[in-house]
Amino acid sequence: MGQRHLLALYSNFDEAEAVVKELRNTEIKGFDVNRDLIVKSPIEHPEVEGFLGNKPVRVQWFTLGGSLMGGLLGFFLISGAQANFYAQFKGGKPIVPFPPNFVLTYEMFILGGVFISVLGFLICAGLPGRRSPLYSANVSEDQIGILVKSDDSAANALKAIFVKHQALEIQEEAGK
Amino acid sequence: MKDIREDIAWAKINQDVLKSLENPRKLYWVILFVALAMLGVAVGCEVYQYNVGMGVANMDNPHMWGLYIATFIFWIGMSHSGTLLSAILHLMHADWRKPIYRFAEAMTTFSLMTAGLFVAVHLGRVWQIYYALPYPNERGAWPNFQSPLLWDAMAIFTYLSSSIIFLYVGMIPDLAICRDRIHEGWRKKLYTLLSLGWEGTDRQWRNFRVTYLTVACFLIPLAVSVHSIVASDFGMSQQPGWHITSFPPYFVAGALYSGCAAIITLFIILRYVFKFEEYMTLPILKKIVRLTFAIAMVWTYLNAVEFASVWYSHDQASKDVLIQKASGTYAPFWWAMIFCGSIVPLALAFKRFQTNIPVLFAVSLLLNLGMWLERWMIVAPTFSHGIYPWTWDHDQWPSFVQWGMVFGSFGWFTLLFMVFCKVFPSVSMYEVKEMVYHRSKETKKQEETGKFAAAGKGAH
Repeated sequence: MGQRHLLALYSNFDEAEAVVKELRNTEIKGFDVNRDLIVKSPIEHPEVEGFLGNKPVRVQWFTLGGSLMGGLLGFFLISGAQANFYAQFKGGKPIVPFPPNFVLTYEMFILGGVFISVLGFLICAGLPGRRSPLYSANVSEDQIGILVKSDDSAANALKAIFVKHQALEIQEEAGK
Repeated sequence: MKDIREDIAWAKINQDVLKSLENPRKLYWVILFVALAMLGVAVGCEVYQYNVGMGVANMDNPHMWGLYIATFIFWIGMSHSGTLLSAILHLMHADWRKPIYRFAEAMTTFSLMTAGLFVAVHLGRVWQIYYALPYPNERGAWPNFQSPLLWDAMAIFTYLSSSIIFLYVGMIPDLAICRDRIHEGWRKKLYTLLSLGWEGTDRQWRNFRVTYLTVACFLIPLAVSVHSIVASDFGMSQQPGWHITSFPPYFVAGALYSGCAAIITLFIILRYVFKFEEYMTLPILKKIVRLTFAIAMVWTYLNAVEFASVWYSHDQASKDVLIQKASGTYAPFWWAMIFCGSIVPLALAFKRFQTNIPVLFAVSLLLNLGMWLERWMIVAPTFSHGIYPWTWDHDQWPSFVQWGMVFGSFGWFTLLFMVFCKVFPSVSMYEVKEMVYHRSKETKKQEETGKFAAAGKGAH
């Protein structure tokens, strides 16, 4: 069975929320609301998370890994260089002095945390990526888009729901 | 009076901000031209110093730092405002920062770039700057990991790269708006490339929010550490006038202070040049002014703490430096610093000045003059009245080369900043939309509650 993608545009979050609620409460064959629904909005809107349900964010794990890796890498690189005491004469002072090394370790901890968090963001958010063909520039201005992917058989039912909630525009294309 | 009109249409926000990328007032080009000319002066001075040697800067023993390091600290300090507005106020949910944080972040980045140049200029032999890198080499020369100067290099690199990342990540949704609204030319290609295919999906926003918050959390301790480390360049030495416990908080307060003053200056300029009167409003300016006043008082207090602890200590050398500052060759500059840094900001306490643009513009420039003098007064007097008698009365007046570099650094900063504001949106469109959306929702709620209360419902 063929796939179909639909994008409906709404002028405010209340309408978009009503659509999502109805999609959740209606059993439509060939459409899984948890998997096939994407909401696009011009602003970060906490209520979207509310009506879409909690979805996990994993960026924090990248942050943890990055900062630990950065800190450890910093400390061992510096200590490794200092331990090469043939090159660096210490004159009786500790070969690996902890207090000054802590400062550099701290900076590397932050550097690793920031870099890997952003890497994590790109991975988790699917960036960089190609824009989907069903994209409306109005979404970056003032409209809320609801993108659904479904079997051909479900398209009419979905369209009916969009129309019922007074979609400003509905775009449609054959999916892969 | 409200920070921003709550009935501005989202489409209009896009339109107004995108217009700033195309049609600034003529003053923009005047500023750009003047900045370029100022930069030209610095380039000329650097070429001269490069060819002839550091002697032309009037550097000698013990005056090895001069205006270069003083101005380096000034620019590092300036960079703290972006972190304050973006990260600290973001964590505190102060949404009035939203129309102005973008240019403050840009200011952070370009201040750090300007500061970095002074390190190279100060070295003299810039082609050997790689000596500072820690890698095994046949010369057997290693950087001293226990020196605050090396910590400084690492801290500034971390701060600069994190600030650029913070600025860029926060700008991705706006770059997508630019991509969608600008239809042709190199700009379209640039925005398409930099927006990374952003579509504003719930998945993207969810991860964006967490990432932005995370990086903000990292930036706050980082900013504090950067200026504390810069303070350690002085505080960890045994020089009189520098070996002071309160130096790190004093430096951090000074950094926030000069940063806030610079935000006021740039706020006023951008507001006029890019016709942002509707977004950079007077109530927001008033909030920055009050913040600046509070920080000015903290700085004044820390100054007093420094003077008192030196005065009542039994360290005669430090006491002598303080007396020299107040009555020696540098006295006019030292007193000018006190006047500009502690007396002038008192004007900000008066309500009628808090939204008076000409007064605020003049005051903000004076505050920054005071903060620049502060850095000079930290560096120079200690060199001319150190512990050893041979340094005494060894005053140094910077040569025109040093003054030229300082003058030109303002041109370099302004040039970068103004080009940025013309190429990238200097007001965050999506955050202003959020601000308008949430505030209008709040107002509606309040109105409804008011109606119920007026009708006697919900009162019991």
